[in-house]
Amino acid sequence: MAQNMAQYAVLIFERETPGGVADMPPEVMEAHGQLPDRIAEQGGRIVAGMALEPSGTATAIRGDVVTDGPFIETKEALAGVFVIEARDLDHALALGKLTPIMNGGVEVRPLIGFDVVEVT
Amino acid sequence: MSEVEQAVADAHRREWAYVLAATVRVTRDLDTAEEAVQDAYVQALRTWPGDGVPARPGAWLTTVARRNALNVLRRRKTLEAKLPLLVEPEDTETPDIDPDTIPDDRLRLIFTCCHPALAQEAQIALTLRVVCGVATPDIAHAFLVAETTMAARLTRAKKKIAAARIPYVIPSADELPTRVDAVLTVIHLLYATGHTAHSGDDLVRDELTGRALDLARMLRLLLPADREAAGLLALLLAHHARRTSRTDAHGRLLRLDEQDRSAWDGDLIAEADRLIVATLKAGPPGRFTLQAAIAALHAQAPSYPETDWPQILTLYDELLRIWPSAVVALNRAVAVSMVDGPQAALAEVEAIEHDGRLAGYRYLPATKADLLHRLGRDTEAAVAYQEALVLSDNSAEQEFLTERVTLTKS
Repeated sequence: MAQNMAQYAVLIFERETPGGVADMPPEVMEAHGQLPDRIAEQGGRIVAGMALEPSGTATAIRGDVVTDGPFIETKEALAGVFVIEARDLDHALALGKLTPIMNGGVEVRPLIGFDVVEVT
Repeated sequence: MSEVEQAVADAHRREWAYVLAATVRVTRDLDTAEEAVQDAYVQALRTWPGDGVPARPGAWLTTVARRNALNVLRRRKTLEAKLPLLVEPEDTETPDIDPDTIPDDRLRLIFTCCHPALAQEAQIALTLRVVCGVATPDIAHAFLVAETTMAARLTRAKKKIAAARIPYVIPSADELPTRVDAVLTVIHLLYATGHTAHSGDDLVRDELTGRALDLARMLRLLLPADREAAGLLALLLAHHARRTSRTDAHGRLLRLDEQDRSAWDGDLIAEADRLIVATLKAGPPGRFTLQAAIAALHAQAPSYPETDWPQILTLYDELLRIWPSAVVALNRAVAVSMVDGPQAALAEVEAIEHDGRLAGYRYLPATKADLLHRLGRDTEAAVAYQEALVLSDNSAEQEFLTERVTLTKS
């Protein structure tokens, strides 16, 4: 990890559409593809990223009880997570704002032990 | 209070933020810096009676606080476990450098405390604790919450600053206007809280309004080119000038037209006026400058009817344009009533009422009641006063409204 950078998770919350990822307009898809470069242009880095299938495919486990659906039902569902490196919160927020969003928003959260964790 | 105690109290009020900011450069964390500065003031109380008050108390306190901080750091073996602020490392081995060469970091301190990633109530509490050095129990008392609640609020906020790496910096030029606005909003809220404090609690009121005024002066000094910083200071001065005449000897709330205008502080009003004139000349006014101009016109009017209502209405029009808030629209309605009559104003107030954004806001039914009363519709006015009374949590206001209910019912 670069000197004195911190890691943050960027959690993407989106209003779900019936077709899931298939409903995503091509320009949004393309913007996601360009995100690593745009973040790099601003002096940050994407360390890892993942996109989730719609929350209807999720299964929750609470104690011994297994139920259909996500752990927490929300109007905007968790759609993806990526991990970025940024200098500080202001930098991380500026990078988080680059995330292509249709009908929702993102949450930026620091990762524990960011000064030692090494993800390659 | 002895002469020395007074000198220490003065230095606390005037120098705390500067001394703390200079000490953060050594400690790189807020808690350790706070303790070191607190100790420096205790040492001042102990040594100044014998040695005399130093010629420059701030420089003395800075040197002592930084030395304290360094001693703590040397003793502490688990330094690495502390969650640091993002401060450029300084040569911590030389805390005794000439205090004049330490950069003034008070702005960094203020911007960190008022960072938008912190809840507004946390911003307010942090500003009082960190920038003004007000003790946690006093902050809790001012905001009517338990001491433990306030302590937890402060701890949580400081933890977030460290864990999320809220930077200890002056925001970049493109962010600066919004970030300054956040700071000015906190200071304004602080003043408003003191201004509307419960009638019996003069101490709380004076403490909060005084601190807010100090902060507004500090910001004006640190951001001399910022027009809204000047606007906020002018606004607070115009309010402060009238503070003693807001209630009568029994703590009863007085309306603007009942207040003794000879008791208003002419020096403060003149200072506000100078700031407003200079700020208006410098460029298009922001919301604090416009509010200040309105407050100053009230403060300069020889009497309520002789107030320059058309000018006030023009200022409200402009304020509503740049800051379309329902509260501004409601205040504007009062000016409308003085220019175009209560009937025209009532129509505006009813439009705001139907819009629903001010549901539960006690000044809406109170304003409506006043207009109805002026139109001779006292039965409806009494209902509206009653509605405002139910929504008020302030004893002086309740007393005032009860009186109005009785008056309009009879």
